[in-house]
Amino acid sequence: MTGAALPAPRITAKQRPGDRIFSSAAVLAGSLILVTLAAVTIFLIAQGIPGILAEPGETTILRDRDFWSYVGPLAFGTLWAAALALVMATPLSVGIALFISHFAPRRLAQVLGYVIDLLAAVPSVVFGLWGGLVLAPLVRPMYAWLTENAGWIPIFNGQASATGRTILTAAIVLAVMILPIMTAINREVFLQTPRLHEEAALALGSTRWEMIRMAVLPFGRAGMVSAAMLGLGRALGETMAVAMVLSPSTVVSFFVLGSTNPNTIAANIALSFPEAYGAGVNVLIATGLVLFVVTFVVNALARYVVNRRREFSGAN
Amino acid sequence: MAVTTATPNALTNGRLPRLAPWAILLGSWAVVAVVMGLFTLAGTVGEFSLVGTIFFGTILYGVAIYVVSLSVEGRRQAVDRLVTALVLTAFIIALLPLVSLLTTVVANGTARFDLDFFTMSQRNVVGAGGGALHAIVGTLLMTGVATLISVPIGLMTAVYLVEYGRGALARAITFLVDVMTGIPSIVAGLFAYAMFALIFGPGVRMGFAGAVALSVLMIPVVVRACEELLKLVPNELREASYALGVPKWLTITKVVLPTSIAGITTGVMLAISRVIGETAPLLLVAGFTQSMNYDPFDGRMQSLPVFVFTSYANQGTDGAAYIERAWAGALTLIVIVMVLNLAARLIARIFAPKLGR
Repeated sequence: MTGAALPAPRITAKQRPGDRIFSSAAVLAGSLILVTLAAVTIFLIAQGIPGILAEPGETTILRDRDFWSYVGPLAFGTLWAAALALVMATPLSVGIALFISHFAPRRLAQVLGYVIDLLAAVPSVVFGLWGGLVLAPLVRPMYAWLTENAGWIPIFNGQASATGRTILTAAIVLAVMILPIMTAINREVFLQTPRLHEEAALALGSTRWEMIRMAVLPFGRAGMVSAAMLGLGRALGETMAVAMVLSPSTVVSFFVLGSTNPNTIAANIALSFPEAYGAGVNVLIATGLVLFVVTFVVNALARYVVNRRREFSGAN
Repeated sequence: MAVTTATPNALTNGRLPRLAPWAILLGSWAVVAVVMGLFTLAGTVGEFSLVGTIFFGTILYGVAIYVVSLSVEGRRQAVDRLVTALVLTAFIIALLPLVSLLTTVVANGTARFDLDFFTMSQRNVVGAGGGALHAIVGTLLMTGVATLISVPIGLMTAVYLVEYGRGALARAITFLVDVMTGIPSIVAGLFAYAMFALIFGPGVRMGFAGAVALSVLMIPVVVRACEELLKLVPNELREASYALGVPKWLTITKVVLPTSIAGITTGVMLAISRVIGETAPLLLVAGFTQSMNYDPFDGRMQSLPVFVFTSYANQGTDGAAYIERAWAGALTLIVIVMVLNLAARLIARIFAPKLGR
């Protein structure tokens, strides 16, 4: 009765010109992101290579060093300031996030979240102004006290600065600046803890701290790590706060209270660029390239950690 | 005769009374205040410091509440009370810089918050006087151009990611947008400089270059915000539109985008408030100047954050006047950013589509 059944004719949708134009525009816009990032890398490398290969004595910026001994102390300063800021900000952000998510009354929690987010809205130049003009004089007596009484600790061993504009002050300002973003991520993570786990812990008679320790913190470990890494990435790239607070010099030192402080890459670029010329500009661009690579790696790692545990961590 | 004994209340047995922590807190502050007062009278300490009193009093409270709770309630409850105290202290510590910053900026900024500040530039002004009009105009121009560049690109990228993207390109774009949010602002400035130096030669300073640097910083924020909002639009709306035979591009432009327009506006305003305070890239590529400049393609253009920075870092003869202008500029910046933030949240609250019944 039936021979081979004919295959049904394929139905293709009519391609409207409007659809074509719109979807091409969307793809174009998306590709522009790729192009921009590629352009950033290419331009930085193209203009930075002459700086990396510059001979000592060729530019006023390098004086008689080669590029790597110029960027070395700067990289140390960047990492040291960011590490100090992270050490101060991490426990604080975990504490604040715990307070907002588990300790504060429900109605108050949203308002408190907004208040912490207010810190994120303040521009960095205003933080720099506050740090240089208000915080530095405020902490100066504390530094004097620390060098006198706690001088046996290596980072406090030396002659205290007379202006209070040291790398520790800059690290405090950095810590205040990275606090809101870390707190926001931690807060999200702690709020995503499964209610059943929390209630099970409480039902077994644990105190609130024990419940947090057993149910909330282990669940949020990946989120806390990624928050710390994002804060680190932000602190590494921060320019104005450090430029306005620090009194810089080229030195690699772990003494945090003195008047000779290592400068950071970003602050060095901001301060030296307006007067730079010729190959000096290439040197500065090359230091910017170094900074770009470091923050790229830190941010990529942070996002990878979050995405790997996305189903479990709840941080998005 | 019955001997009445108070039956022990099982709920409050072995627990501290409700107001005990407050009493212990006030008590430790009082004790430290008394000790501080005695030291001041004896001359060991220079002057009575309120901050020091509260600081040491809070430390004493931590120790006291732990010890008292340990003796009455047991170790687990004592640790719980100690952690509560620590967490509350962490929150207060985070509030202190914010309060200090806002009060200082408001107190110092109002000194020069006068008509001169908003109507004059720094042209030919040495020492006191002058204003920030050139900075305000420059900021508005550069941020406006940056918005014009970023919003179309960011919105279309978000549309691509939500409506069209299904493969490797979409994954790559998502990853790179994440990376772009982490670009230090100064690197964006260096990129803009490098690009314009290639075209115009070294030493180029241009308002438009500043706008390009700002848009590099703005695009990822816009993409993230719009992507979240477009995902929130219920699929039923799209499916109803397709079922009526509406082509995909008309569905997006007439159904999806108008539904999320309030949220998109909010996201764009938040992105603007983020980049309006960026100093480093503008310092590099837009430079700084004392005069008005209305042309983004012609020479240096001052902007408000760079104005604050140069008033602070390059003080002239009358240092105090420069610092006053810096504070006034900082206050203006904070007011602009706060107004944008509040307006954005209000728009989101009032105009958001009411999903569900």
